[in-house]
Amino acid sequence: MQLTEKELDLLQIIEENGRMEIDVLSKMVELSESETEKILQQLEEQRIIVEYGAVIDWRKVDNFEGVTAMIDVKVTPKREVGFDEIAKNIYRFPEVKSVYLMSGAYDLSVVVEGKSLSQVANFVSEKLSTLDSVISTTTHFIMKKYKHDGTIFDQGEDDRRIVVSP
Amino acid sequence: MRNRVADHVQKLQPSGIRRFFDLAANMEGVISLGVGEPDFVTSWGVREACIASLHNGHTSYTANAGLMELRQEISRYLAQEFEVEYSAANDIIVTVGASQALDLSIRAIVDPGDEVIVIEPSFVSYAPLIELVGGRAVRVGADAERGFSINFDDLEAAITERTKAILLCFPNNPTGTMLTRDELIQVSRLVEKHDLLVLSDEIYAELSFDEKFTSFPTLPNMKDRTILISGFSKGFAMTGWRLGFVAGPTDIIEAMLKIHQYAMMCASTMAQYGAIEALKNGRQDIEAMKKSYRRRRNYFVASLNEIGLPCHNPGGAFYAFPSIKPTGLSSQEFAERLLLEEKVAVVPGDVFGESGEGYVRCSYASSLEQLQEAIKRMERFVKQFR
Ligand SMILES: Cc1ncc(COP(=O)(O)O)c(C=O)c1O
Repeated sequence: MQLTEKELDLLQIIEENGRMEIDVLSKMVELSESETEKILQQLEEQRIIVEYGAVIDWRKVDNFEGVTAMIDVKVTPKREVGFDEIAKNIYRFPEVKSVYLMSGAYDLSVVVEGKSLSQVANFVSEKLSTLDSVISTTTHFIMKKYKHDGTIFDQGEDDRRIVVSP
Repeated sequence: MRNRVADHVQKLQPSGIRRFFDLAANMEGVISLGVGEPDFVTSWGVREACIASLHNGHTSYTANAGLMELRQEISRYLAQEFEVEYSAANDIIVTVGASQALDLSIRAIVDPGDEVIVIEPSFVSYAPLIELVGGRAVRVGADAERGFSINFDDLEAAITERTKAILLCFPNNPTGTMLTRDELIQVSRLVEKHDLLVLSDEIYAELSFDEKFTSFPTLPNMKDRTILISGFSKGFAMTGWRLGFVAGPTDIIEAMLKIHQYAMMCASTMAQYGAIEALKNGRQDIEAMKKSYRRRRNYFVASLNEIGLPCHNPGGAFYAFPSIKPTGLSSQEFAERLLLEEKVAVVPGDVFGESGEGYVRCSYASSLEQLQEAIKRMERFVKQFR
């Protein structure tokens, strides 16, 4: 789909900050509020904007427990449906946050979130590896997020500039 | 004891920005729109190139005019981005910021009693630099009604027998005004007619948002009459590196090099290595920063107009220059009270020359969140004068 420059602009801005108020957003791209709302609505309908999300640094939340694992999965593609069917069988599990088809040493990259290491381990051994056409899995647990979807975690935000300068 | 400080320095006025800095520096929780520099940190690649130069032991002086490789990159950059050809060997000097490039240019062409025309409101150092060499800064007010572009009748009327040069800056600090190609051509006609030189401060060239930037020396017959001043501070977010450059006709550049070799020897070597990287691989970063400034400008200027501080749409740099006349305050009063009552720092327009009275300079090189908060506070402040 071909988008106009303003549509692209809008997408880039809300990709960085999905909560931007409409009056701010419309000023930034030099459109009226109603025009801006209309474009956003269209982009939502076309599912170019799929969802408005938040990037959360869960490590800062004490009473939240959770682990994320990235799992390399090798599979045998099936006649007619290729990798699509097995991908579908994997993404239907609610534990699975994302599934990508990859080139290289393995076929599918699966991101799984669970409450604990053992919960994820159980998911892998009982649900994932037992699927028809899964040949092997390699599980990597994420130990710390430095940057996620373009957002740097724990970025020093201090402005080092002097208050008034020429 | 005799006067310890030279007469001409005693006469020099301290910058009005300095006073405002002192006032704001000791306050907490201030949102500063008073900053004349990017809010980006220099890009990683440039920082790494500088560190690598240190690892490699590049710690000695360079040629007076700067590293040949850097001058070649500057020459290529000017040709590619601005369509103007300068010889790396003869027509370019790497300087300590555009600041030193300005100082050198003025020192090289101004004799005591010579006049240089400055279009005001202007960058704070122009007039003092001219006066420091015994020249006269002839101030011509810009046309506020037309978004602070040049008033050509006033400009021509200011030209005398002693006029040596016109100093131009576009996009402008503090107004953000971008001169159009037509306006520049009009200037060039006066320059030819009266046999003048132009000092063209194009340090904000990379930050022109709405139209293609016309570099002054590309205009017909202007290359031999223009000293082009630029640098890395603004477009490349490298203010602290103190690196700029000047390009111009060989005879003038040679004269400038004489001064430079005695006064400065050369610009900092490690900074020069950073700059090579900036020119070679910095395009993507510049485009990203420019996009971000443009969006913030759109938001900020529209909001200023909404809250009752009329502001023309600045075509470049990162300054908005709204009128504060609706409040009935002078620009000093406005800036001081806004700082004390709402903790927002802006720079009073009169520090950029008399014609800046009635306006304040707001830099929108701050995060969008900060700008939104600043607008909220300014709106509250302005309301009391309705
Ligand atoms: C118009 C103008 N010229 C020159 C300079 C000086 O720049 P530099 O940091 O390269 O010395 C500035 C900095 O604020 C400026 O605004």
